Amino acid sequence: MSERRGDGPLAGASSGPLIDAHAHFYHADAGRADWEAVNAARFRAGERMGITYHVASVLGSYGFTSPTYFPSPADVTRGNDAMLAICAAEPDRVRMYVTVNPNYTDHALHEIERCVARGAIGVKLLASRRADDPLLDPIAFLAGERGLPMLHHIWQHRRREWPSQEISDGADLARLAARHPRTTFILAHIGGGGDYMHTFPAVVDCTNILPDLSGSGVDRGMLDSAVAALGAERLLWGCDLTMCTGLAKLRALEHIGLTRDDLSAIRWRNAARIFPRGAFPRAEPNAGQAPAA
Amino acid sequence: MTTDVNTTIGPYPFRHVPHPDPDALLRVLDREEIAEAWVGHLPSAFHRDPGSGNGELLAALAPHAKRLRPVPTIRPDWPHWERTLKDAVSAGAPAVRAYPPQWGLGPHDPAMRELAVAAGEQGLALLLTVRFEDLRQRHPMDVAGDLSAAAIRSLARAGDAVRLVVAAAGRDMIEEVHWGLTQVEQRRVFWDISWIWGPPEDHLAKLFRNVGASRFVFGSQWPLRLVQTPRANLDLLPDDLRDAELASTSAICRAAS
Repeated sequence: MSERRGDGPLAGASSGPLIDAHAHFYHADAGRADWEAVNAARFRAGERMGITYHVASVLGSYGFTSPTYFPSPADVTRGNDAMLAICAAEPDRVRMYVTVNPNYTDHALHEIERCVARGAIGVKLLASRRADDPLLDPIAFLAGERGLPMLHHIWQHRRREWPSQEISDGADLARLAARHPRTTFILAHIGGGGDYMHTFPAVVDCTNILPDLSGSGVDRGMLDSAVAALGAERLLWGCDLTMCTGLAKLRALEHIGLTRDDLSAIRWRNAARIFPRGAFPRAEPNAGQAPAA
Repeated sequence: MTTDVNTTIGPYPFRHVPHPDPDALLRVLDREEIAEAWVGHLPSAFHRDPGSGNGELLAALAPHAKRLRPVPTIRPDWPHWERTLKDAVSAGAPAVRAYPPQWGLGPHDPAMRELAVAAGEQGLALLLTVRFEDLRQRHPMDVAGDLSAAAIRSLARAGDAVRLVVAAAGRDMIEEVHWGLTQVEQRRVFWDISWIWGPPEDHLAKLFRNVGASRFVFGSQWPLRLVQTPRANLDLLPDDLRDAELASTSAICRAAS
């Protein structure tokens, strides 16, 4: 097909490793017959692109036995178990966020302890409670104590309530982040819906918030604005549900005036910095950095 | 030869878009190794009368006629729209654009059907846009809504001369329209791939297998969206679809002539 390019890592190898900081996997209790095919497609595309690590979560039953964004404790546990199994089966390329529902504080804290003991390196918050709600404090505190980044589902600029989720935006997350300066927060998918131009000023002063670039949105100007507002050191590359847009953004990043160090920061170095030490052995500290002059 | 059928120039009313001009588009085409583009005038979608916008489009593209082909906008409930269609033919346009939701024209509007047939009889495709932005980020004043599947089906059924290029549709809409048409009607519709999801859901792969790659064309929706997206999507197709061929623009034009 003339519209396609040749072989080799599609995301380019010149800037070192590549860490997808926002991925998801499915499982047998997720209510879809093709769950294995979807997981396989993520690995297939990841290999083709050159993804070194998928940092992923399972969102309960994805609505099959409790709502995706309001998962029951039983579904949270079942999903985390599935994610642990995927990590065990793919130790060289998958890392795990432990998913929690903050409405069940004891269960959430227990899940974090249980899954971190088995290798989880971050915490995933959905939209079960607004980000600045005090119920998130014990979770954010524990995450900070353990050095676990918290990936929080975000709707860029919350102007009203939307069905099926208790949405938060950058301003909501900024209030939580201000209360927990020792905790690192990942603001989910600036391309995942809503107005990202509201998000950047909302979090600019909270240096413990790092937005990820994932989401199906590929607006021109979005990446440039993110870099201009926050700097390359505060952005994480990711795909979420659409790896095609993840690849497109990687390619676009090469044309917005970033240095090689900036590119490697977004591709993997920022992730290696904020996740627990040793989480990504195939992303070595000096890989992908520009050689000395 | 790759043609991006879904590009425009000019500003967008609801957010800033970086340098939406022909020179920037040409640089992008060079960088991305895209031979040519069909180019519309973005503000005309939101003007009551697109006539002035068509003039601006033709003037802006005239120095770049070999690679940037004009796609004027025609509002078929406007007096003498037939003259605008003749002008489009004279200008060498491969297609014309229309925006029924933005103009308040319903899914079965007879004027739209008349335009679709008339354009096809002149050898021009009718290019329709399902959406400009994700529903979740729209400006409070942007209330026109998406082009409906019903509207596309209605136009596809309007006559054998009709050739539609539908931009910015997703898998659900494409399947709803495709399987709601006869085989003859299906051949009148081409879809750009700018908004179709790739892996891991693999919507594009599923559509290629079930609807056929020959019903799809290369489109990016530049300058609103990253031009890299459609090629990234094609690059990530499963191995069994590596040799799948999109429809060429000449195939669209042949079909419409």
